[in-house]
Amino acid sequence: MERAVNSNDSEQYYFRFSLGQRYLHGLVITTFLGLAATGMTLRFSERGWAKSLAEIAGGFTAILSLHKLCAVLISAGFLYHVGDILYRAMIKKERGLFLGPYSMTPQPKDAVDLFEMLRWFLWMGPQPKFDHFAYWEKFDYWAVFWGMAIIGATGYMMWFGPFFARFVPGYLLNIALLIHGEEALLAVWFIFIIHFFNSHLRPEKFPLDPVIFTGRVSGGDYQHERPLDYSRLDESGALETLRSDPPPLWLKNFSRLIAVIAVGIGFVLLALTWIAFWTE
Amino acid sequence: MVSGFGRIACAIAAMLLCAVAMGHAAATVKAAATTKATATEAGATTKATAAKVLTDKDCLGCHNLKASAKLQARPVSVYVNAEIYQPSVHSKVGCVACHSDIHAFPHPDSVKPVSCAGCHASETSAYADSVHAIAEREKKSRFPACLNCHGNPHGIRAKTDPKSRVYPLNLPRTCGTCHGNPELAKKYGFPDVYALYMDSIHGFALTSDGLLVAATCASCHGAHDILSRKDPKSRTFPRNVPATCGGCHAGIEVDYLAGAHGQAMIAGRSNAPVCTNCHTAHQIAQVDVVNWQLKTVATCGNCHKARLKSYRDTFHGQVTELGFVATARCWSCHGAHIILKASDPNSKVAPANLPTTCGKCHHGATASFVSYEPHPNVHDRRQNPALYYAALFMNLLLVGVFLFFGLHTALWLARSLGNGSRGKDNGASGEQ
Repeated sequence: MERAVNSNDSEQYYFRFSLGQRYLHGLVITTFLGLAATGMTLRFSERGWAKSLAEIAGGFTAILSLHKLCAVLISAGFLYHVGDILYRAMIKKERGLFLGPYSMTPQPKDAVDLFEMLRWFLWMGPQPKFDHFAYWEKFDYWAVFWGMAIIGATGYMMWFGPFFARFVPGYLLNIALLIHGEEALLAVWFIFIIHFFNSHLRPEKFPLDPVIFTGRVSGGDYQHERPLDYSRLDESGALETLRSDPPPLWLKNFSRLIAVIAVGIGFVLLALTWIAFWTE
Repeated sequence: MVSGFGRIACAIAAMLLCAVAMGHAAATVKAAATTKATATEAGATTKATAAKVLTDKDCLGCHNLKASAKLQARPVSVYVNAEIYQPSVHSKVGCVACHSDIHAFPHPDSVKPVSCAGCHASETSAYADSVHAIAEREKKSRFPACLNCHGNPHGIRAKTDPKSRVYPLNLPRTCGTCHGNPELAKKYGFPDVYALYMDSIHGFALTSDGLLVAATCASCHGAHDILSRKDPKSRTFPRNVPATCGGCHAGIEVDYLAGAHGQAMIAGRSNAPVCTNCHTAHQIAQVDVVNWQLKTVATCGNCHKARLKSYRDTFHGQVTELGFVATARCWSCHGAHIILKASDPNSKVAPANLPTTCGKCHHGATASFVSYEPHPNVHDRRQNPALYYAALFMNLLLVGVFLFFGLHTALWLARSLGNGSRGKDNGASGEQ
């Protein structure tokens, strides 16, 4: 965590994620793993491991109940987040939510950053200077956002099939299952390969970036990873308001534990579903 | 098995050696152990008692002497146990009714083998055409003759007698003497089905509850006139199976014959399934046993391959595949015996009846709801265009995302590792 950085600010920590955001990420980790484990058991039900998991869980009813429980929890998180955004935008009239460096909206700079990043990959130029959110972080966010909306909508359609069929033809339920399953596979593989790598497992971060668990980032890291954001905050003096204590040891250890468990479960599910998919 | 054949061999040898043994037995009684009895002396006494009509008491006077060393020293015992004989069904007719060439004591050295046909003509002639008799003739080996099933000729009981070897509760064990012997079954090429039967609903009803109405071997195969299932006259010839099972399951037979499978069978289609195609012949399970319920999906799929595959792509199929029955399987929608084509207005899957059929589980199922396709085929653009294009879109999305980010990740990894080996790069990421 404390990396050697050419900066006076390397021992100073700043808040990057609020407690609410960290809890939300925790909720998503827990429910996503639960949804993936129970859902993939259904998706690849012909596999031995799926049957064993179903049996261990206590039967199909248990599998489906767990799936629905996690679905309701993650939906609540989703709705809370959307509600929070709307509240901040419409009631608090917060600015910069939908546009600007602190917005999740993809903007021209993201395309430029991607282009420059690709050039950097190929040793053709320097790494782009990132702002508060890098383009892959925005993609992660929107992938989860879109995924929750699509998987959630199709899931509730199937859960309350006869009710939805009052408004839409029943054959949409066939399509709902297809989209639900394929989108889930996309989400599971994306999180367990791309997100794990981009945010935690790549050599610069290995084995994990604890910022989403501790909420704190060291000044040195901040300056190097998000130079535009850092210098803007520094110049405006807003950086001082974000100053924090160093992450306590228990929190760092807790982060490591969560990461090991999540990556462990993720990789097992990744291997099982990957093999099952290609030998289907 | 060995003891079974041994017993039969004993019985037949006993008949053949009857005269010689009788002579010796008589001599033993009369000669009071002072001189060695000979055949000549025994022959001399024959004339002296010729006039008397023989009763069972006379015969047993010699043949029931269990303690006689002479009687048992014969190559084959001619001992008849009165305790077994007296309660037997044949004690009513008496020894000489079967051993009909013996009229007087002492009797000749050589007596004819007993023929059951003398009294049991219809059974014997039915047996003569049976698979057992054919096997006996063709393979020239000892396949079941009367005694193999009925046992000791002197102790045969009525088939209603619980001690009879062919009493319903005992019959499977009797048939199982051969049909439960894997080595013998392999050697002679007959079915080894005893264990399968005993584990079946029929066998269970028989052994667990002692139900006399439970089907035993003879209920389906007949008793004396058992024919090969390849013989069109056989009760177990496929076309005859529904009638055979219908002997007890009459209501099911009516349903079956009215259904598509029964109609195909009546029309003479060789691949039309009969009872045994789905239920098996011997290991018939109780229908509410979970394992059997799960297996039957594959059973239907033996013929309906494409339907099975498309079923497995649905939520119903996935749940079933996990080993749980709390969902729709083939007959939940199609029915079990009176299966009708969807074009038949009486069919459970006829369009007009679908809301009712689906509504059994999905309360509130409407005409719109039942446009759900329970056998979807994503590859069939004509049948399910919406599904086809949805699948195409999802596949492209999946391929697109992973192609892009797969490459992105691979390049990033290579660059970062390269960065480490080449030293710090121009203005690159801070973690060095």
